[in-house]
Amino acid sequence: MGIVWMVIAPVIIYFLVTGAIHNISSTGTKDINKPIPWVIIISIFTPIAIGLMIFGYYCFKGEFDKLPESSEELN
Amino acid sequence: MNGHSSKGIGKVIFSSSLGTLIEWYDFYIFGMLAKTISVQFFPDGNETAALLSTLAIFAAGFLVRPFGALVFGRLGDLIGRKYTFLLTLVLMGGSTFLIGLVPSYKAIGMAAPLLVLLLRLVQGLALGGEYGGAATYVAEHAPAHRRGYFTAWIQTTATLGLFVALGVIMAVKGNMSDAAFTAEWGGWRYPFWISILLVGVSIYIRLKMNESPVFAKLKAEKKTSTNPLKESFGHKANFKMVLLALFGAVMGQGVIWYTGQFYAQSFLENTVKIEFMQNREILLWAIGLATPFFLVFGALSDKIGRKWIMLIGMLLGVIFYRPIFNMMLKDADVKKIAKQDLNNSHVEKFHLKNLYDTVIFDMSNLRASNTLDTVISSKSVDSNIITYKSQNNIVFNATSKDTTLIKPETVNPLVKEGKAQYSNVILPNSLKWKFIGLIWIMIIFVTMVYGPVAAFLVELFPTKIRYTSMSLPYHIGNGVFGGLVPFIATLLSTTFTSDPLVGLWYPIGVAALCFVIGALYLNNKIDKNIND
Repeated sequence: MGIVWMVIAPVIIYFLVTGAIHNISSTGTKDINKPIPWVIIISIFTPIAIGLMIFGYYCFKGEFDKLPESSEELN
Repeated sequence: MNGHSSKGIGKVIFSSSLGTLIEWYDFYIFGMLAKTISVQFFPDGNETAALLSTLAIFAAGFLVRPFGALVFGRLGDLIGRKYTFLLTLVLMGGSTFLIGLVPSYKAIGMAAPLLVLLLRLVQGLALGGEYGGAATYVAEHAPAHRRGYFTAWIQTTATLGLFVALGVIMAVKGNMSDAAFTAEWGGWRYPFWISILLVGVSIYIRLKMNESPVFAKLKAEKKTSTNPLKESFGHKANFKMVLLALFGAVMGQGVIWYTGQFYAQSFLENTVKIEFMQNREILLWAIGLATPFFLVFGALSDKIGRKWIMLIGMLLGVIFYRPIFNMMLKDADVKKIAKQDLNNSHVEKFHLKNLYDTVIFDMSNLRASNTLDTVISSKSVDSNIITYKSQNNIVFNATSKDTTLIKPETVNPLVKEGKAQYSNVILPNSLKWKFIGLIWIMIIFVTMVYGPVAAFLVELFPTKIRYTSMSLPYHIGNGVFGGLVPFIATLLSTTFTSDPLVGLWYPIGVAALCFVIGALYLNNKIDKNIND
């Protein structure tokens, strides 16, 4: 499944960017027609999507097969 | 106290929950009064003001909240939980009170929107730091076998903050005219001013509390983190758990939380067109009746584990959102009702007081006949708005730009087809309670996902970086994924216009993804010892 999570991440960014291109318009009055929300959303979603890719990579490598038994193992 | 006794935990819960509830209240009243705030501070036609308004809405929730989680999370892991979440409370209360004091755009020009934006950003920052501190503080006081139950009190605060915000706004609005409420120094400012009293009481109570015993012990042993951000996100073992918490739990929690409460309210108001006060009444009842279930599911998670309660809550949302929203849409579909009534010849004409005394009005693009004696009910409240009562006692307003004005003496008037617009739908009692039940069900999903999540997050991370590590994923899940529900819903409904429920695919998709990730990778084991 790790590969699926890795693929989903760029797909999300692709949809956000195309969504921005299609919807930003000087004549529209909704939030989706303004550039600022898109800039904020894409800026915040890009690191999240990268995080999802890293998560997918860890899943792919089997790093979540065994979770720590207690938080002490994270120290 | 952790792991041993629950003596004094009531005070800990009360002091933490009250402050967190007030912070949510402060954050919500801005959103709920957005329309009035917009008129006062961000007038139409001024591009800079419009830009600042957009920033106030989007930046506060999406950028500043996660940033606040990092700033105050770090502080909480360095200097302690108590003083950090005391600071967030002061910042939140102060900025909320000050928003209520900012003169309007009319009085001070561009300084008004700038000040409001600045204060809104401080609100977002403070909110980002509050939750992690309160949840950690309570969890670190709670006995291990009741951690889910005790932290669930913190989980009630977001919903109760919404409840109090709704209640205060309704109480203020209900006791004055619309004009008095929306005036420059009118009633809309009262909820902001009330905040300072609530915050004052909460600060007084919090000042009397001690530091978390788990953190105090760590500090005494000089084992606190020197760089919580690096240890949280720079160390692979911990970073992996941050990612798991985000994608396997809080991402789904955020959309379920937002859809069951905010999106439901906005759907009833903007799509179903329920009247303002009845809409809030429906939500208030549903929230009031569902809130105890945060504690029920928190307590249950102490017995059977956190994982499956949260994931089943998400799954139920995935399965039932569309049927529930569809039911609300169908039951109060005034356009359909108007059509049916027209077909049944029960109502075809409406009287209006206007220039010509009478108007013939086609409700639903159907051609109306020219008889004037079949009106079920009509009382004009405006020159071009009809208040209509359908056969099943739903009351609503209808208006159309394309009405045909008929002079009273006209015998056989020509009727023009017009597209009606509907508003202020008031449901009869039976239907109102059905709607309360439907919203209640969705808030039960919220309580399942949200009730155990604080205990789950606390147990996932070590004490020395707990505040930082749990705050960031929580505020990304709740603030970003949850906060995006209305934006993506608008995006979807603009793109796919034929389905009025298309906006629901966003929360359904995110919750489904989170359910799969959580089911595959989360552990259901309760970590009894959080002192490490």
